[in-house]
Amino acid sequence: MSGALQARIDVGFDADFRLDVEFDVPPGTTVALLGPNGAGKSTVVAALAGLVPIDRGRVVLDGVVLVDTEQGLALPAEERQVGVVFQDYVLFPHLSVVENVAFGLVARGAGRAAARRSARNALPEFGLDGLGDRKPAELSGGEAQRVALARALVTQPALLLLDEPLAALDVTTRADLRHLLSDHLADFSGPRILITHDPTEAFLLADEIYVIENGAVTQHGSAEDIRLRPQTPYAADLAGANLLVGEASDGLVTVASHRLAIADTAASGRVLATVHPRAISLHRRQPEGSPRNTWRTAIRRVEHYGDRVRIQVGDPLRLTAEVTPRAVDALGLSVGDSVWVSIKATEISASPE
Amino acid sequence: MRSRTPWPLVALAVAAVLLFALPLFGLLVRTPWSGLGEILGSEVARDALWLSLVTSLGATIVALILGLPLAWLLARIEFPGRALVRGLVLLPLVLPPVVGGAALLFTFGRRGLIGGPIDELTGLVLPFSTWGAVLAATFVAMPFLVITMEGALRNLDTRYEGAASTLGAGRWMVLRRVTLPLVAPSLAAGLVLTWARALGEFGATITFAGNLQGRTQTLPLAVFVALESDRDVAVALSLVMVAISLTVLVALRHRWWGAS
Amino acid sequence: MRALAIVAAVASLMAGCGQGDKSEVLVSAAASLTDAFREIETEFESAHPDLDIVLNFAGSSTLREQILAGAPVDVFVPASESIMQPVVDDGLVGDSPMVLARNRLAIAVPIGNPALVTGLDDFADSALLIGLCAPAVPCGEFARRALARAGVVAEPDTNEPDVRSLLTKIAAGELDAGIVYESDLVAGGDGITGIPISDEFNVAATYPIAVVTNGDSPDGAALFVAFVATAQSRSILAANGFTTP
Repeated sequence: MSGALQARIDVGFDADFRLDVEFDVPPGTTVALLGPNGAGKSTVVAALAGLVPIDRGRVVLDGVVLVDTEQGLALPAEERQVGVVFQDYVLFPHLSVVENVAFGLVARGAGRAAARRSARNALPEFGLDGLGDRKPAELSGGEAQRVALARALVTQPALLLLDEPLAALDVTTRADLRHLLSDHLADFSGPRILITHDPTEAFLLADEIYVIENGAVTQHGSAEDIRLRPQTPYAADLAGANLLVGEASDGLVTVASHRLAIADTAASGRVLATVHPRAISLHRRQPEGSPRNTWRTAIRRVEHYGDRVRIQVGDPLRLTAEVTPRAVDALGLSVGDSVWVSIKATEISASPE
Repeated sequence: MRSRTPWPLVALAVAAVLLFALPLFGLLVRTPWSGLGEILGSEVARDALWLSLVTSLGATIVALILGLPLAWLLARIEFPGRALVRGLVLLPLVLPPVVGGAALLFTFGRRGLIGGPIDELTGLVLPFSTWGAVLAATFVAMPFLVITMEGALRNLDTRYEGAASTLGAGRWMVLRRVTLPLVAPSLAAGLVLTWARALGEFGATITFAGNLQGRTQTLPLAVFVALESDRDVAVALSLVMVAISLTVLVALRHRWWGAS
Repeated sequence: MRALAIVAAVASLMAGCGQGDKSEVLVSAAASLTDAFREIETEFESAHPDLDIVLNFAGSSTLREQILAGAPVDVFVPASESIMQPVVDDGLVGDSPMVLARNRLAIAVPIGNPALVTGLDDFADSALLIGLCAPAVPCGEFARRALARAGVVAEPDTNEPDVRSLLTKIAAGELDAGIVYESDLVAGGDGITGIPISDEFNVAATYPIAVVTNGDSPDGAALFVAFVATAQSRSILAANGFTTP
């Protein structure tokens, strides 16, 4: 497929850690590599960009072989058309914003003056009007991220790699930047890879998700697949969180006409509400006491994962709860049974969408 | 809130300052102020001053050309014997300069291991020549550049260079536009230290390059020789050395050591 | 407080080092006397077990500057009477100096004489690498006097601060010729060949010896000065290439 990335990467650092992953990314598709810290995600970025040698494997981008260890071929980083937004951005501290953005153009053969002109012209598109002459130290986190994005995209690479692009930002900036990022991703026609440890980011930005743990892919599928059918405890833990989009006001979030009480009374407008499966309690009888969010529904699905059981409940809110096998036995839960759901207001986190 | 002044510490610190300052004061007291102009205008003084500038700057340039690549290698490349090389680099710092000069003489002299072939091939004899004085000064001063730059390159986040290469920059452009600008403050400091050490070099120079006015007699040598014949000249030349060194070190301190 | 106590302890320890049970006699002697005086030191100390001779060798003018600056020297033996004179003029000498030895000049060349030097005339040859002592030290002063007598305008490539460093460079073959003392030809030994300078041009260095009043051991100093005048010491000096009065 023209424009696509096919990668098979095997990198062994030492006896203790080895990265061995394989994935394809069609053009115009965003793939998220989701995994805990130390899983080897950033190594994938370094290996694709040519900053870390691959021991065994083959990488083909848009029909060009970047690496083929069997043929002893490995293009140096500067000859690959790979744009990278690094973790913490790694902007050149001694260069101004314009010079940072122009760097790739100069490196690829544009004259200094022409490169600066195109770089300056590209700034408005990234919301960087009037910041051209600043040094990276004088930028906010969000501005730095946009410079990093501009620097990577202005050279029109064939592949875009984003390594934890939102991790360094505070919650509010993160929401804004996520929108900007999603717009730029949509405009970029090549394959895109997003490295993240944040499932929300992966679910919102990616078309496909690869879960990476201990240097290997443990699950691959759409956001829906991962969320509803996680195949490892890690995936169940992080990716299994219930995500709800709703409208917040006065300490309430309205999701599909159902109202959930939340602790944060200041939240307003469209928000993303997250509820961890273990924060959801199931009862045979109507519970007494403090939980303000209580309603009655039916069990749609019961799945066993070793020492945990994930139970999906039906309308009005399709949520996944996680309980112990003992609780399932004690309560005698099975598909079709009627149960009471309760969630403490403090267990629902709401952040601007 | 101010902490209590630790007086014993202050007393020792003052003693340290006095150790540096008193000899300077002694020099000033002995300075023949009235005859200073005449002494410094003399041919011996002008030759020595000029030669000191030439050899110290020459040594700094050679140290830059040879020392920077070495520092880069030591900081970035794992190779067998790296610890040994690092030890060799430090050697001139602890070795008495006279020993260094003798070693240079036995190596780069006419009868030396390297000097012999050089003489036969090119007719260039290093001892007793200005080149020899530059070589001696480089030998003792280059470690300062190598150590400073090895530290700077080691501490530099290599991700900047990685980012540059993903943007299409080849090795040379990465070095020129990213690595060197990022280590520029250290490089400047290293060059100043190297130059200052080269300017003050005495032992290796007199042992290897000899002592001839206008050719190898730098300021320190002129001071040493004058001490035995005309103390006024010695003191006047010493004063010149102190003035040059102090001016440069104090002036550049603000700029390159980030002192406020 | 404790730090001060430690400092005091270290200081007293260092002071103790110098004292010992022997009394020290500090002798500042011209570098050219190095070998002869080491032998004399051994003989003297076996004759006077209670005294410890400490030898300080350097260029004569350096030694003089040290004494004029107040160094606690007991005996001074420079390689020229003109170097001794300022010390006498400053009233730093007890009895007037006596002549210990004389030392004639000679040409020193690397062993085998690769540049085929024959005499003082060769010192005007700019193609040769020529070394002299600096004019301020006696060996340099005398060498220039000898060259002047021979009517030679020398073109030295280096003016060494003392005769020993000149000899080192000749022995290493880095200099083709230099003017040194006859005693150095004995002392320099390895690597050096001597070429005599005729009496017509030769200049003899005179080594005066005197007790310096700066010193801490005037009695030991007097004993040492008396000892170097004995036949035993004279034969040591002669064996090292000096002539004695």
